Amino acid sequence: MSRLIRMDRTGHTTLAEWTTDDPASVEAAVAAFRAELEQGYYAVVSQGEGHAEQVRELPLDAPVVILRRPIAGG
Amino acid sequence: MYWRRRATDSSLRSSARLWTLATLAHTLPFIAVAAVLVARKPILMPIGLIALVHAWAIPELYAARGAKVVRRRGAAGEEAERVALGLLGDLIDHRARELHARTRLVLERGELGVWLVAEAGALLVRPGGRRVHCYCVRVPDPDLPPSDRVAHLLLALRTDESGFATLANLAFSGARWRVRRRLAAPLREALDAAAAHARRP
Repeated sequence: MSRLIRMDRTGHTTLAEWTTDDPASVEAAVAAFRAELEQGYYAVVSQGEGHAEQVRELPLDAPVVILRRPIAGG
Repeated sequence: MYWRRRATDSSLRSSARLWTLATLAHTLPFIAVAAVLVARKPILMPIGLIALVHAWAIPELYAARGAKVVRRRGAAGEEAERVALGLLGDLIDHRARELHARTRLVLERGELGVWLVAEAGALLVRPGGRRVHCYCVRVPDPDLPPSDRVAHLLLALRTDESGFATLANLAFSGARWRVRRRLAAPLREALDAAAAHARRP
């Protein structure tokens, strides 16, 4: 089961869960993913220490996709 | 940030040299004044001493500014922080987790050096472990729990280290010992650990 999670004021919120053999769950996850990107979130797949990939399409094979806010210089 | 040159190993070396030159430009005149005053009229030694204090204090103030980037910010609700901490813990290995539990900083090796990521800033210990760059960088959302802020910065760093160092504002660049003196005791442990990593090939 893959998860789309958003870091927010609650710690994080799971927005969608999907498996590739369940088209309805995939469709819901893709819709949630696109809606969050339109809100200005960045989607990231962590690949262990030192590496993460920003994605613009929902990677269906990723176990966890994390949505984060843009950062800024302090 | 099109107006900033993208951070590279070479640009960081240049910026380190500039900081050293700026520090010398701030301190040498005071040292010169002190030396000239005492040489010409020893009775003016107290004024010379004041000049020397200025020469010592200016780099210290800059280092204090640098060390502030990793201080703790406001706390969120306990439950939100617990959830955020769980996610952050999933992103790092057990050694980084243990260090974070003691210091609230996440140690991350990068191409440019070893990073210590805090809630609203990061320290970059350059290869060799002698120089530290202190960056102000944050998530512009005050409601996020502290560990989520760290996770935001960590993921941004992992996604594009050079972009991260370009976007972040450099608060200080200088000797590690200068920054270390200004850190709270638990944070010194993290800086020492980062320096030890930075000394490894």
